[in-house]
Amino acid sequence: MANDMTYTPTEMMTVAAARKLHNGTVCFVGIGLPSAAANLARATHAPEVVLIYESGTIGTKPKVLPLSIGDGELAETADTVVSVPEIFRYWLQGGRVDVGFLGAAQIDRFGNINTTVIGPYDKPKTRLPGAGGAPEIASAAGEVLIILKQSPRAFMPKLDFITSAGHMTGGDSRARSGARGKGPTAIITDLGILTPHPETKEMTLTALHPFATAEQAVAATGWPLKVADKLERTEPPSRLELEALRELHARTARAHGQQAEG
Amino acid sequence: MPEIVSLREAVADHIHDGNVVAMEGFTHLIPFAAGYEVIRQGRKDLTLVRMTPDLIYDQLIGMGCARKLIFSWGGNPGVGSLHRFRDAVENGWPHPLAIEEHSHADLAGAYQAGASNLPFAVLRGYVGSDLPKHSPAIKWITCPFTGETLAATPAVRPDVTVIHAQKADRKGNVLIWGIVGIQKEAVLAAKRAIVTVEEIVDDLAAPVNACILPHWVVSAVCHVPRGAHPSYAHGYYGRDNAFCRAWDPISRDREKFRAWIDEYVMGTRDFAGFQAKLGAKQLA
Repeated sequence: MANDMTYTPTEMMTVAAARKLHNGTVCFVGIGLPSAAANLARATHAPEVVLIYESGTIGTKPKVLPLSIGDGELAETADTVVSVPEIFRYWLQGGRVDVGFLGAAQIDRFGNINTTVIGPYDKPKTRLPGAGGAPEIASAAGEVLIILKQSPRAFMPKLDFITSAGHMTGGDSRARSGARGKGPTAIITDLGILTPHPETKEMTLTALHPFATAEQAVAATGWPLKVADKLERTEPPSRLELEALRELHARTARAHGQQAEG
Repeated sequence: MPEIVSLREAVADHIHDGNVVAMEGFTHLIPFAAGYEVIRQGRKDLTLVRMTPDLIYDQLIGMGCARKLIFSWGGNPGVGSLHRFRDAVENGWPHPLAIEEHSHADLAGAYQAGASNLPFAVLRGYVGSDLPKHSPAIKWITCPFTGETLAATPAVRPDVTVIHAQKADRKGNVLIWGIVGIQKEAVLAAKRAIVTVEEIVDDLAAPVNACILPHWVVSAVCHVPRGAHPSYAHGYYGRDNAFCRAWDPISRDREKFRAWIDEYVMGTRDFAGFQAKLGAKQLA
């Protein structure tokens, strides 16, 4: 990495992910990095983005990033708070969500996600937290954005378990499956952005962050990463974006008494 | 009409070995005090149900109270893994734990089906997911009207549901607000329900559409101030994030875990005693 960076790769990742959300978009937000990016979008170019968390908070406008999916801050700043069955049934399955914004433990070349186990299901090497709301978000949201640091341990040639479906086995497999949404339209990493190939649906490196090289991205991927012929360069974070992100993290750290991620 | 009783009596009367028990709360109003009392009374062979098992289920599992866990996401919110849960699943300690795993939408629907006295819930989802391959509790059905393939999940019908709420009145009507999660459905799906509350008041003064559980669906009400600590009670206290972080190193180690339970849970008479000990230690 270049030594003269005035921002970190994680900050670039969060900023690049935030830019994917538009003003007025209805976004179902996962905790952690997705939540940081979604709230950065709301603090900068998309003040009218509608944030929904699976705890039932709709149109929530937290001043600090929540530590859990159900922090009181999310309820206090929401337009309305509904029950958990209602959020999944009427709002997500009902087709009211434009973008599902997810993190992951592991991902494969078609944007399928594992958050369940590493190793065999019945005798796992590592038991992960499980599905949560992700299978339905991945299936029902209009499209899915995934934010995840790129490494060979996370970008796997084959997942031990598919918790939430991306483009499944590629090609038209998702379209034929009955899943309502388009599936993952971008994976935003700390090195660049992967988008699905129009036909094969294989997630392909199509943009690099200013400090990164395609070789780095290939090396950080567990499958032979396809690289687009013409790579875009991500615009570095603007002063406004960087200041807004750092203020958000500083407020969060003061509120929770610890350093937040991303 | 529910009895307003001590938590010790409520647990002794309503939670028995081998029961299916749901202690619900979606990061808010988690009935921790009730969980400690279940450990204190040495319940075993429980089937525990919870959408989001967290520290209290970690403790119940680590103490060997549970044979089976039905859940959809298990973690220490904002901190990381549940190490006692992982030790049970990965290494069978203190004994093997059967798991039945769902997604949130699925388990939320299963509680709704239970509350509705229907045998199963239907959802669109799980397409492309490996979960149905590993869970006998997820099946595929065909819509009789459209022919669409949908997922079905059996109703959850706990023997007893335990929740924590903000207020009850003296008749035992319960008022709950903020993130209400799945608590209403979990109570209505269960044969018996225990509710611990922050306050018992003469008049709930609730708005017309407030989330109220009428006294005639509740078996026992217990006055347990701060009974959701270290989770939070909207309008009363915030989450104790320091406790949740401190739990991580305690729970990673079997002996430290057992020592903690011995000192704070088994070594105290009730939740007031637990809190007094915890407060004294934190001040020391």
